[in-house]
Parts: sequence; C-alpha cells; structure tokens
Amino acid sequence: MEIIVLAVVVGIVALLVFFLAGMYNRLIRSRNRVKEAWSGIDVQLRRRASLIPNLVETVRGYAEHERETFEEVTKARSQLENANGAAEAAVANNMLTGALRHLFAVVENYPELKAADNFRELQRELSDIEEKIAFARQFFNANVLSYNNRIQVVPSVFIANMFSFEAEEFFETDEEGRAEVQVDFSAGAAVGD
Amino acid sequence: MAEAPHERILIYDRIDANKRSTLVIMAGFVLLAAGVFTSIGVIVSYYAGVQDSELLETSIRVGIAAAILASAIAVMMYFLAPTAVLTISGAHEVTKEEEPELYRVVENLSIGSGLLMPKVWVIEDGAPNALATGRDVDRAHVAVTRGLLDKLEKRELEAVMAHEMSHIGNLDIRLMTIVAVVVGIAALIADIMLRFTWYGAGARRSNRGKGGGGIGVILLVIAIVFLLISPIIAGIMRMALSRRREYLADSSGALLCRNPAALADALEKIAKDPDPLEAANKATAHLYIAAPLQGHESFMNKLFATHPPVEERVRLLRAMA
Repeated sequence: MEIIVLAVVVGIVALLVFFLAGMYNRLIRSRNRVKEAWSGIDVQLRRRASLIPNLVETVRGYAEHERETFEEVTKARSQLENANGAAEAAVANNMLTGALRHLFAVVENYPELKAADNFRELQRELSDIEEKIAFARQFFNANVLSYNNRIQVVPSVFIANMFSFEAEEFFETDEEGRAEVQVDFSAGAAVGD
Repeated sequence: MAEAPHERILIYDRIDANKRSTLVIMAGFVLLAAGVFTSIGVIVSYYAGVQDSELLETSIRVGIAAAILASAIAVMMYFLAPTAVLTISGAHEVTKEEEPELYRVVENLSIGSGLLMPKVWVIEDGAPNALATGRDVDRAHVAVTRGLLDKLEKRELEAVMAHEMSHIGNLDIRLMTIVAVVVGIAALIADIMLRFTWYGAGARRSNRGKGGGGIGVILLVIAIVFLLISPIIAGIMRMALSRRREYLADSSGALLCRNPAALADALEKIAKDPDPLEAANKATAHLYIAAPLQGHESFMNKLFATHPPVEERVRLLRAMA
C-alpha cells in the first residue's frame, strides 16, 4: 500500500518537474529568438552607420557650407553607434533618419551633386537599408511581443519570475516610418534609372 | 492589428501538420505505386502464359519487388522533387545583379519573416504567376514569371512574394512539391497503363483464343480498377491540399508585407491576364499563387479546382485592409 502511494507521489512530482522544465525551455527559446531577431536589426543599423562618413564626404565635396547639417548627421550617427538596447537604438535611428532627411533636402539645391554617380549609389543603398530595417523591426517586434506575452501570462509568469526573465524593449519607430521608406525608395529609383 | 505576431508566419503546428501529411502522401504513393507495379507484373505474367495455379505465388513475388521499387522511387522523389518542379517549369536561377529589385524584395521579406534567403528563379513566360518549392525551410526556392516582373508594381510584387514566403515558412512547399511529383507520376503511369491494357487485351484475344477464368480475371479487374482510380485519387488529394492553404498564405502574406490591398490588386491582375501560363501543367498547377490553367473550364477542372476562387480571396483581403 505504501509503495503505491509512494509511486503515485513520485509520479506526480516527476510530471510536475517535466512540465516546469518544458515551460522553462520554451521561455529560453523565446528569448533566444528575440536576441537572434535583434541581430537582424543590428546588422542593418551598422550598415547604415558605416555609410554615413562616406555620404558626408561626398556631399561635402559639393556643398561645404552646410556644416550644421553635416554635424547633425554625424552626431546622430555616433549616438546610434553608442546606443544601448533596442529602445535607445530606435531613438537614435529615428534621429538619424531625420538628419538624413535634412541632408537630402539640402542636396536638392545642388543639382551636380544630385546627378553624381556615387551619391546616387549611396542614396540607393541607404533606402535599401531603410527598407530592411523596417522589415527587421517588424520581425523583431513580433518576437518581442510573443516573448513578453509568454513571461507575463499564467502559468509561465511564475517560472519567469523565479528565474528573473525580464521583458524586452520594442524597437519603436515614428508611425509613418514604413510609408516614408516607400516614398524614399521610389524617389531613389526614379533618380537611379 | 498593430503588429503581426511571429506565430502568424511560422505557425509551428502547421509545420508539423505539413510534415505529417507529406509522410502520409509518400506512404500512399508507395502503396499506390506498388499496386500499379504489381498489376503490371501480374498482367504481364498472365499474358506470358503463367498458369492460374502459379499466378497467386507469382503475384506475391511481383508484389514484394514492386514494394521495394516503389519505396526507392519515393526516396528519390523526396530529394529530387524541387529540382524536378523547377526544371519542368523551365525556371532559371537569377543573381542579385541580374534581377536587383526582385532579389531585394525577397531579401527584405526573408528578413521580415526570419527565414533564410531562398534561391530566386525566373520563368521566361509572359503570364504573371509565381510559385515556391523546396523540401525544407532552409533550402527553399521561389520562382516568378517574367510576366509577373513586367506587369506588377513593386508593392504588388512584394505582396506576391510575401504570399510565397508564407508557403515556405509553414512548410507548405514540402507537401505541395511532393504532391506535384506524385500527381505527375500517377498521371504518367495511368496514361501508359491504359494504353498497355487495351493493347494487351487485343493481343490476348487473338493469341490464346479462350478465357483464362478464375484468379486471372479477378486480378485483371483489380489492375484496371487501380489504373482508373489513381488519377482520381491524385485529383482529390491535390484539391484537398490547395484551397485552405491559399487562404492561409494570403492572410499571413498580407501580414508580412503589411499590405493586403496590394496582394488583392496583384491577384486581380494575375487572374485577369489573358496570357496562358505555358510553363504550368496539371501536376504543377497547384503550386502557383493563382490557378494557371484557366480558360480550360471543363467540368473536371472545376471539380478538381486547385485554387479557391480569386474573387473570394480578393474579398477577404480587402476586408483585412
């Protein structure tokens, strides 16, 4: 009789452990997916930042008086490179987007620059990166949402608290971010072809 | 609907379901093929003059050989199917330099869906259409026709490719590609066998003069029944596959590109295009984003329609927008 009771107790405990371990593993997997998705954004942000010096040099060759604009762009770039975490990177990236918009507005006054091959190539590449950031952001945020939901709902919230899983930040952008990207691209393509 | 949850693109239980269905279909194929091969063997032995008393034993031996042969074919099929589909469709692979816009669109969508970049192919055909194939999420292929590149705007192209990426993400491609090859082989075998049987019956009448009776006739009947039902089975199988799958890929594709209206526009353009897609045939029809064999609106084609009506798909997409 005692053996049966013991067996049942051991069985229940084993089941419980199994169940909890599964829950823990799902949380880990989910968090790893967020990290992986972040590297997708990070790659594009780095690509973007690395183009900036070249872009500034190219524009400076034609429009050296626009110092303020250059400074704004360069400052936004270094903020982006030093950003910690998704939220901060997003703010810096939005700043860089704004600064670049100013720069491209300034370029409108320099038709020779606008027609220069290497400038057009840079512009095309930047709009391609912007599109890729938008898609990477979409994937990242979807993963963050799924992970954050998981660590906040019963029953996995108990495991999450026990092993201090923390909510991840979203990579937020200005609401019209995606629309701008499309406009940018078509402008770039029209110039390019 | 601010964000598209990750699960909508990579639906894990859909992946499992597709893996299971692929196995079931492969098993079904092995049974069917073994049945057909056995029938061939038995008919041949019968006309070759094997006595009724030995016929059962011969059938068993033929059956075992047929099962081994069918299994070997199934394994080969599993690995070669994507290449076969692309070859039959006359697709050629393109690089980023050759098709920068298409390539970039696919690149962006694979970033957006977290999938590995598939290989990109173009089919030189004026009719706008697109397909995805492959046996694995990591070894996938997308192919578009020249007509699609010429006739669609960029946002529409993006939406079509998003639909295809969804097929990749939930592993529809594995199942649909296997089905394409099974249907192709079944149609081929049925075609050959039907001729063979008629020819054989004629030869037999003139050679032996009198009926064999007993087991021989029964086996012959079974063989003919097998031959007749195999294309029907294939048709039903393919129909069951494709319809719900297209709705699903439409909705997750629309979420991925965030532009259901663009997908609706693209589908309308593809459906209204007067060019027939010559690269498609009955075996590969279900792989395409919209039914490529329109215009041949026979009763059988409607019965075995591979795609849900475009009007309905467009209506659902417009409701999402």
